[in-house]
Amino acid sequence: MTPSHDVVLVGGGGAGLRAAIAIAETNPRLSIAVVSKVYPMRSHTVSAEGGSAGAIGADDSTDEHAYDTISGGDWLCDQDAVEAFVTEAPEELLRLERWGCPWNREADGRIAVRPFGGMKKKRTWFAADKTGFHMLHTLFQTSLKYASVVRYDEWFVTRLLVDDGRVQGVVAIDLQSGKIEAITARSVILCTGGCGKIFPFTTNASIKSGDGMALAYRAGAPLKDMEFLQYHPTGLPFTGILITEAARSEGGYLINKDGYRYLQDYALGTPQKEPVLRTMELGPRDRLSQAFMKELEKGRTIETPYGHVVHLDLRHLGEKKIDAKIPFVRELCRKYQNLDPVKDLIPVRPVLHYMMGGVHTDIDGATPLAGLYAAGEVACVSINGANRLGSNSLTELLVFGARAGKAAAEHASRNLEISQSVLGQARDEHRRIEQELLNKKGSERIADLREEMQKTMEESAGIYRTGASLMKAVDRLRSVQERYANVAIEDRSKAFNTERVSALELSNMLGVAETIVMSALRREESRGAHQRTDFPKRDDKRFLGHSLVHRNPDGSARVEYLPVTITRWPPAERIYGEAAPHGGSNKAPGSSLPS
Amino acid sequence: MSPGQVQPEYRQRVLPPRVSTLWWLGKGTYFAFILRELSCVFVAWFVAYLLLLVRAVSQGDASYQEFLAWSATTPILLLNLVSFLFLIFHTVTFFDAAPRAMVMKVGRNRVPGRVVLAGHYAGWAAASAIVCWLLLGA
Amino acid sequence: MADRIKLQVARYRPEREAEATFDEYEVPCPKDWVVLDGLNHVKDRIDGTLAYRWSCRMGVCGSCGMMVNGEPKLTCATFLADYAPGPIRVEPLRNFPVVRDLIVDIGDFMRKLVTVRPWIVREEEKPLSAGEYLQTPEQMDDYKQYSMCINCMLCYAACPVYGLDPLFIGPAAIALAQRYNLDSRDEGAAERHRVLSEHEGIWGCTFVGECTRVCPKHVDPAGAIQRYKLTAAVETVKAFFMPRGA
Ligand SMILES: Cc1cc2nc3c(=O)[nH]c(=O)nc-3n(C[C@H](O)[C@H](O)[C@H](O)COP(=O)(O)OP(=O)(O)OC[C@H]3O[C@@H](n4cnc5c(N)ncnc54)[C@H](O)[C@@H]3O)c2cc1C
Ligand code: SF4
Ligand code: FES
Repeated sequence: MTPSHDVVLVGGGGAGLRAAIAIAETNPRLSIAVVSKVYPMRSHTVSAEGGSAGAIGADDSTDEHAYDTISGGDWLCDQDAVEAFVTEAPEELLRLERWGCPWNREADGRIAVRPFGGMKKKRTWFAADKTGFHMLHTLFQTSLKYASVVRYDEWFVTRLLVDDGRVQGVVAIDLQSGKIEAITARSVILCTGGCGKIFPFTTNASIKSGDGMALAYRAGAPLKDMEFLQYHPTGLPFTGILITEAARSEGGYLINKDGYRYLQDYALGTPQKEPVLRTMELGPRDRLSQAFMKELEKGRTIETPYGHVVHLDLRHLGEKKIDAKIPFVRELCRKYQNLDPVKDLIPVRPVLHYMMGGVHTDIDGATPLAGLYAAGEVACVSINGANRLGSNSLTELLVFGARAGKAAAEHASRNLEISQSVLGQARDEHRRIEQELLNKKGSERIADLREEMQKTMEESAGIYRTGASLMKAVDRLRSVQERYANVAIEDRSKAFNTERVSALELSNMLGVAETIVMSALRREESRGAHQRTDFPKRDDKRFLGHSLVHRNPDGSARVEYLPVTITRWPPAERIYGEAAPHGGSNKAPGSSLPS
Repeated sequence: MSPGQVQPEYRQRVLPPRVSTLWWLGKGTYFAFILRELSCVFVAWFVAYLLLLVRAVSQGDASYQEFLAWSATTPILLLNLVSFLFLIFHTVTFFDAAPRAMVMKVGRNRVPGRVVLAGHYAGWAAASAIVCWLLLGA
Repeated sequence: MADRIKLQVARYRPEREAEATFDEYEVPCPKDWVVLDGLNHVKDRIDGTLAYRWSCRMGVCGSCGMMVNGEPKLTCATFLADYAPGPIRVEPLRNFPVVRDLIVDIGDFMRKLVTVRPWIVREEEKPLSAGEYLQTPEQMDDYKQYSMCINCMLCYAACPVYGLDPLFIGPAAIALAQRYNLDSRDEGAAERHRVLSEHEGIWGCTFVGECTRVCPKHVDPAGAIQRYKLTAAVETVKAFFMPRGA
């Protein structure tokens, strides 16, 4: 018999689990399925370090949080969404406190908050340097107490079932047994996280392959603002492990192959011995990543087996300070990359970190496709605009996870029949997976295709883009797409066939990569994380809008624009450095140091 | 419905876990663990030995002398020596665990494990001293 | 240093084999490669059929635990070069049923975890508007260590008691129960006591101590268990003398 639930959640990360709890609390009679390709507590939320933003300080206000977010996002955020976000943020974080999250505390037992890049006030809640880990495990363990939540651990969703203009379930592979099954539901929420693996160097885990974006896109829901991808300037090459900003705020230097602090050449101030806020190494994240690219062009980077790098030099800080202030940086370097920052230079390079864009939703997580909702990194509400502020996205999981959960619960409470035809669709999907992916003899290695895609994206749709580079990417991706038709899958086993999963993920990534390139091609301006060297200025007249990429019936992509919702903060210039912003102290520019 | 539900699992044939009979030889710590388990036998022996002693004493001087002579035979001496070593081992490993089990606080600070451990040994030494005093001093 | 190293990797394909076998692969061995990188090299370049779990490659998701030369390890935190000149034997975690190659079934742990109620239990909940429950850093220290568990299952693989008695609830589940018992916001200790004080709860543990030694996150599950034994013993004595509870 086909398993059937009221709501199916695809993904058990922060967003998915928050949504599950919201549904269970809204209506305990609804049956909820959490379908996740990894055990929920292994989801990538687990690796977030820095913290989660919510204004609670006496000197802070939700308006200031909103302003920081909107200016940081280069005015591409929907301001109604941001207002809902900043208002609900503190209570969501507090709710997590009720559930046991070990937030760091002041000596008197109250919640402690820390400063964070781009945030004018201290408002980032944190649980040591393992915030995402503690949030995820708290949510997971709390979710265990709800009898209405049924988990499908290690089930990989391959398709959304749509009929009559409504999403009515999913098809998924049970990885342990290889069984392919339809799971029907009146509402489906996508919480599948980001798509960092489309790029060669990323802080994202191997599971972040944009599956949810591909599922929605293929089912007919548009993707929004896909051209906006955030790079973090200091990731370890090869592993992509993130070296936090703290390493630089404690006084680390970025040097090129001549040992020169090259940032001084890019209007980021003059080098001082001690770190100065908003100058040099503490300049804004996008500018630092861009400076790296310029150094690369000048041939002043260091070549390694894993591509070009610059060095982060912490040696002058000494062992004592490193151990006292940034112990986790040292631990990561030693345990996972076999180098010691006390003695060694740390090779770093910009690495892809976060996807601002995603499945287009309204303020309640609803997509234009009835019955389909999305929340978390997979979704684009949008509160992140053209550039996410560090520590906003963990909070986003909570606020919009809960909102999507409630909306989906309401939708599922309505009396909607599951159409018989979706079971036919499920059978087709079953056949497709068996035929295309189990009984096929191709000759293209998955890894080769993946690398070609990643290289294409890095070279043509990376930190800097041009119309010409993007056009080239379209062609190259198409050729990878063609080669994919001949992909080799040697593994014939049904039990935990990870090669089949890799192939499906690759196919999803190729789909998402195309939408990124198409959206980037259309946006002929530079805004936030989207930098076109052929259109270096922001152009509010033509592009103060969200790009929406739709899938045409023939499979090609169509990009349209949707106006940005502006409530109280009219677009202004995003200014860095010492230059004072317009409008007094509480209207400082954001975005200088997102994590 | 109960909390923490998982969907019915379909499974291929799994390979069940197997423990070889000689698993405890694989590793020093496992071996030490088995020795410790084994030490219980010797603890039991000492209890039995003590009971025998009590019985012998209660039955009069002759039987007590007989008991002493029996105790002085080589097999019993050896057995008691081995038992003694096992008991020491048992005690030391037991004490090692103590600081982990006992979390004591003085004011806001946790009493360090070393102090707890030292306390145990001090207690042991004191008990032994009393016994020595009873045997030799009195 | 040799620039290549041999991996002897356990394989088990249920449709093909009744028993595990070993395949040997040679992989590059640069200084910064971990065992997991070696496996990824095999999967990408040599044999796509090799199955194993991984995700974060930074020791926090808990997916990549395997036996490396007989020791339970996170393979993303275990350098190949430390085993030069090799060969390195890579096997699935011990004490669990093997599903496929290096993948084990941890369903048993997931079910046991629920039985210790790893969530905050309270009789009454203060409304959100009343703000947070105060908890000083010292109170947090009481349980913080036990909250660091990434559910990697290395401790179960190291525990001979779990190997011999699969009913034993095991190190991580007990440590997580203690994580909540010792949290100043929690009132669920009595409920958890019922499960933990069963024979398969804490008393199953005979203090081998291996769990603590292999734990990559310094959770000290052995300590958690010993500590709870003392608590449980005191509770029993109390219950004996004060049956109605004081
Ligand atoms: C290294 C790092 C540090 C970060 N630090 C911070 C920080 O300090 N502050 C901050 O605010 N943000 C931070 N972020 C960003 C933030 O962590 C992520 O945006 C967020 O955790 C995403 O959560 P999610 O719930 O959307 O998705 P995830 O946690 O990625 O979960 C995705 C879920 O979907 C499931 N899934 C995916 N595809 C499928 C499929 N096909 N079938 C079934 N299930 C599927 C997965 O199994 C998983 O359960 C950081 C990100 C990284 C990479
Ligand atoms: S206690 Fe340690 S070894 Fe055991 S599962 Fe948790 S983190 Fe892993
Ligand atoms: S891959 Fe996540 S812990 Fe090793």
